[in-house]
Amino acid sequence: MPLTEQEIAFLKEKAWLIRRNTVKTMLWAGGGHAGGGLSQTDILVALYYHYLKIDPKNPDWEDRDRVILSKGHGGIGFAPILGDLGYFDEEMLKEFNHTGSPFGMHLDMRQVPGVDASTGSLGHGLPIAVGMALGARLKKKSWRVYCIIGDGECHEGSIWEAAMSAAHYKVDNLTAFIDRNKHCIDGPTENIMSLEPLKEKWISFGWHALEIDGHDFAEIGNAIEEALQTSGRPTVIIAHTIKGKGVDYMEDDPAWHYGGIDSDGLEKALESIDRMYGKA
Amino acid sequence: MSTGLTYHTYDTDHMTPAEIYGHVLAELGEEREDIVGLTADLAKSTKIGKFGNKFPERFFNVGIAEQNLFGMAAGLALAGFTPFVSTFAVFASLRAGEQVRTDICYMKLNCKIIATHSGISFGQAGSTHHCNEDLGVMRTFPNMTVIAPADGYETANAVIASLDRPGPVYIRIGRGFEQTVYESADYGFEIGKAVTMHEGSDITVMAIGPCVLHALEAAKRLKEQDISVRVLNMHTIKPIDKEAVFAAVNDTRKIITVEPHNIYGGLGTAVAETITEGGKSCALKRLGLQDEFAIVGYTDDLYSYYKLDDNGIMEAVSDMLGLEVEEDEDWEDEI
Ligand SMILES: Cc1ncc(C[n+]2csc(CCOP(=O)(O)OP(=O)(O)O)c2C)c(N)n1
Repeated sequence: MPLTEQEIAFLKEKAWLIRRNTVKTMLWAGGGHAGGGLSQTDILVALYYHYLKIDPKNPDWEDRDRVILSKGHGGIGFAPILGDLGYFDEEMLKEFNHTGSPFGMHLDMRQVPGVDASTGSLGHGLPIAVGMALGARLKKKSWRVYCIIGDGECHEGSIWEAAMSAAHYKVDNLTAFIDRNKHCIDGPTENIMSLEPLKEKWISFGWHALEIDGHDFAEIGNAIEEALQTSGRPTVIIAHTIKGKGVDYMEDDPAWHYGGIDSDGLEKALESIDRMYGKA
Repeated sequence: MSTGLTYHTYDTDHMTPAEIYGHVLAELGEEREDIVGLTADLAKSTKIGKFGNKFPERFFNVGIAEQNLFGMAAGLALAGFTPFVSTFAVFASLRAGEQVRTDICYMKLNCKIIATHSGISFGQAGSTHHCNEDLGVMRTFPNMTVIAPADGYETANAVIASLDRPGPVYIRIGRGFEQTVYESADYGFEIGKAVTMHEGSDITVMAIGPCVLHALEAAKRLKEQDISVRVLNMHTIKPIDKEAVFAAVNDTRKIITVEPHNIYGGLGTAVAETITEGGKSCALKRLGLQDEFAIVGYTDDLYSYYKLDDNGIMEAVSDMLGLEVEEDEDWEDEI
């Protein structure tokens, strides 16, 4: 069933809040992975506020759906979602990156409730997700696994080893998103190490592959629904996104892969996000 | 030095060890056409991009693919080039560890690895990006030379010296906020030879990386309290300077090692092995990560938390000498 207009309006409201909290956390943290932290927002918001079977009061609930942020440097945009959902006291985000804090740039599952696997070294998340999905099948559980992969991360061989395994074992309870923001650190992915034709690569590896606008909730929703209906093979959703989405001075600028902002920069970022959502 | 470079003019106040490395490599590239550079989407972060900008046709950024990175470097070495490869220490030593061992060390290829963000220098990134294992890993690869420079000058020296050293060399540096120890590069750097930073007869502190400066500061302050500390910069972990270790055993009978690394596998282990095989008894204390994953935090705080800074070293010295030593400042409430 497609998302209703009301549901989409609710998700937009949440995305506005999470983008704001992401840039605020950047200020508290003294810096952060702004670009990738903001390009992934709508995918995570759709999952966490609509599709996932989760219970923030009971983060270890066995039957929950799992999310693995394979692009672990997106932690700064992920933690605000977990905080808003009540996995921990949101005030703790003010300690992000501080000495002795549970929150480092890359979230640690042993420190942060709601995180299903510690990630940060690229290319590790998808293999873990395949194992988790197989685990669900062995246990005859209905929970699903979602994995968010960076497009630059698709350079890693381990992503393709895992892709092959997922298709081989027909793990249809696994859905991968590729945050196709078209940049890695040193520049555009197509200049550094070209990925295209990316969709065809995944198809040839045995996946059901979709391509969508990763900032359009209707498209994200339809793609997730299609993945839920797909049996016998895993689904990959290539979500076209914009690095730094929402903050005009960061958008599509590789210099903002990682950066710091001061209070002035924060104000401008919040204004830009408000404008994007028609709140200014 | 066969390259004949003047390299002692670096502005170490404004250039980090990694920047100096990038600069030195770009200079070496002019004289040596056999040098090629490789990285995995970390040209800017590791500063090998300075070489890449100058010699784009001899530079390969393979994307985020570290195993392929070291395999390709091996291929270029087999084709007669001298590859310099840079990525973060954790990815060089662990992600691509087998490529380094089997494709580079086993074939004894002339490949130089300059790994940045080692130890706890990327403190806030957490354990996925810390690297307190690389010395242990690299030390067990036959044919590999392992160096941990104390500052930017020493990084320049090590990079230049690595060119003339046949076979693979691993040089580990930090993220780039390290302070300078030396005033110039002309202090007589030689691979495998420890540098005496401070003479002393009561106890010896052997350090690497940023801990060299901390050890030196500790020794100066202890001197005011009439405690005589020998400080050795043990920049080469392999081959370890056995003579310097034996001399310390003979002269002081008490040794403390300090390293931003797990106490297993790195400097402390290398020194312990050397002492034991020397057959003379000696008290030894290894400062470093005590076989644990580090907490998240500002790098300076972590140095203090793990007792790798001036005060931590002073405390270890006083414990070993059975003395009460006055601390400079109270750091406890910082954490
Ligand atoms: C194995 C590994 N190599 C290198 C890095 C350093 N690194 C962090 S983020 C990044 C670029 C990631 O690009 P992409 O996957 O496209 O993420 P996004 O653009 O969404 O931030 C790199 C190379 C890493 N974290 N892990």
